Amino acid sequence: MAWVWFHRFGSPPHFYRLARRLTPWFGWPALILCLYGVIAGLGFAPPDYQQGDGFRIIYIHAPAAWLSLMVYVVMATSAAVGLIWRMNVAHAVAASCAPIGASFTALALATGMLWGRPMWGTYWEWDPRLTSELLLLFLYLGYMGLRNAIEDLSRADRASAVLAIVGVVNVPIIHYSVIWWNSLHQAPTVMKFGRPSMPAAMLLPLLAMLLGFSLYFVALLLTRARGEVLRRERSARWISEALAQE
Amino acid sequence: MMAPRSTFAAAAAVLVARDLRLAQRRAGDSLLPLGFFLVVTTLFPLALDPELSLLRDIAPAALWVGALLSSLLALDLLFRDDGQDGALEQLALCGQPFAGLLLAKTTVHWLLTGLPLVLVAPLAASALGAPYGAMPGILAAVLLGTVALSLIGAVGAGLTLSLRGNGSLLALLVLPLSVPVLIFGARATALAIQGEPLAAPLYLLAAMAVLAATLAPWALAAAVRIGLE
Amino acid sequence: MNDIAAENLHLWRGDVHVLRGLSFNLTGGECLQVTGVNGSGKTTLLRALCGLMPLEQGRICWRGADITADPSAYHADLAYLGHDNGLKGDLTALENLRFGIGLRRRVTAAACDAALAQVGLSQQHGLRLRQLSAGQRRRVALARLPLMDAALWILDEPSSNLDASGQTVMVDLLVRHLDSGGAAVIATHQATGVPVARLRALTLQ
Repeated sequence: MAWVWFHRFGSPPHFYRLARRLTPWFGWPALILCLYGVIAGLGFAPPDYQQGDGFRIIYIHAPAAWLSLMVYVVMATSAAVGLIWRMNVAHAVAASCAPIGASFTALALATGMLWGRPMWGTYWEWDPRLTSELLLLFLYLGYMGLRNAIEDLSRADRASAVLAIVGVVNVPIIHYSVIWWNSLHQAPTVMKFGRPSMPAAMLLPLLAMLLGFSLYFVALLLTRARGEVLRRERSARWISEALAQE
Repeated sequence: MMAPRSTFAAAAAVLVARDLRLAQRRAGDSLLPLGFFLVVTTLFPLALDPELSLLRDIAPAALWVGALLSSLLALDLLFRDDGQDGALEQLALCGQPFAGLLLAKTTVHWLLTGLPLVLVAPLAASALGAPYGAMPGILAAVLLGTVALSLIGAVGAGLTLSLRGNGSLLALLVLPLSVPVLIFGARATALAIQGEPLAAPLYLLAAMAVLAATLAPWALAAAVRIGLE
Repeated sequence: MNDIAAENLHLWRGDVHVLRGLSFNLTGGECLQVTGVNGSGKTTLLRALCGLMPLEQGRICWRGADITADPSAYHADLAYLGHDNGLKGDLTALENLRFGIGLRRRVTAAACDAALAQVGLSQQHGLRLRQLSAGQRRRVALARLPLMDAALWILDEPSSNLDASGQTVMVDLLVRHLDSGGAAVIATHQATGVPVARLRALTLQ
């Protein structure tokens, strides 16, 4: 029974219609959650006892960093699905994930650097998590570069799927290597803050932003993937019918 | 008339013998990465103060960056020739496990380009101020590291098989994946130079080499098949 | 016994629909000659038959079994000669044969020598391939075929670079292969020299 659903999801016209219907269900809640998170977090949460108001950038930085990793996993998973079950829609989803993930990574890096400036005095301190994000950005760029370099779409899909799978295995290894590397030099990781546990007023906006970013990612992914599916199937007949319905 | 079919071991042996014979006939090719490594490690003292105590501090970095870049350069030798003259295709069609044959090719490649680095690394290290007591540790670290780098690099080479271009895409793909090897290799070298026990990073390097040896054959076969289409 | 059947093959290369519902049947002792203008997909078809290119639709059956079910067994029965010879320029003709066949079957130097004599290169077996002409290299590639002991031959423009005597050699090898019950798929514009009774034709648009 689940197989039927799985294969129907993989059919391009079905995916196109389904994605169109689902997008608002993710988009609007994302907007509301992010608005709440930004206002509550930037405006109303109490200042951190150690970092003062500077910590507020975490409301953007932490969700961005978390998403940058999650998007890579989603990308690798859908690439693997596309490779194993030869599903074009899965490849389209993976291709759409990459620029989104790279943007989240760049955002995490930028906000991390903005955070570092008041905390460390410099924009870049080879902090393990930022360095790890930087390497993740390179992995995304490599994926997009490989896709771009191979002309035949089907081969590009499958080669980048192999790369994504190899990458996803390496991401935890790279991440922990970098943490270990940095721990040797006893540089304080300023990214932690405010012991003991965060009060609810601080935590709730953060969770809201996290969820909001995630929902936003899904909405954005559905939109991009629809466009990607459209581009790939442009000669198929179902497209004129689907567009006529819109 | 039906001669018996070769076992995989026999086929791999034939392939290894062929690659070694070819390397012998084109001796210059395999030595180029080694030359590159030596040049790169020479650049560091030239760019800094040739004060040995200072060089000793950067020796791990110089050695490993040199090894990384040299192994990257050497990747060109792995599949380019066979890909261009159709020999790789024949390998894919000979009825033997393709992943195994590619692993055999990568092993020969390491023997020709990685092993010389292992042998030369202690010399380069001592030229950068490393004490003689550090040599066994450095040898072990570079041995494990080059094995892992060869395998990771081979996957990158397989993915970029049919692409023209100047190799910067290959570097972009391979270097981030090589970072853990760099980190632990340099750390092991630094500990060796300081005379401290370096079992921990060596074990991690070994684990990475084993992981690469396990994952790479699948990825290699998949990548090269895609490249052969 | 040695039959190959293709059913409804569809293959796209990028945006081009190269193979559009192609089907054919071939039994042992028969030769399929594939013709068509440049770019009509002959090489693509042959590579798809080898299993080098994945099909969007359709299947290929060798001896009744789908080739994707057990690719290794299929490849063991298959000898492919593409546009490139698949030979190494720095090895001698003899070494090339020994290494090429050694991957599949045990072969003696004497057998390789005999194969080279069959294609008219007995004088050149000690020369590096680099030193041979294009036609001679093609003959070495042809010499590989009977040694492979393969029931199915898939040859892409086998006569390219061959002079008249080379073509005779090729026809000879082919007819002998068909006589022993083997099947062959050949993409070529030239006459295969195969008796009409055993020749099937396929033209690609």
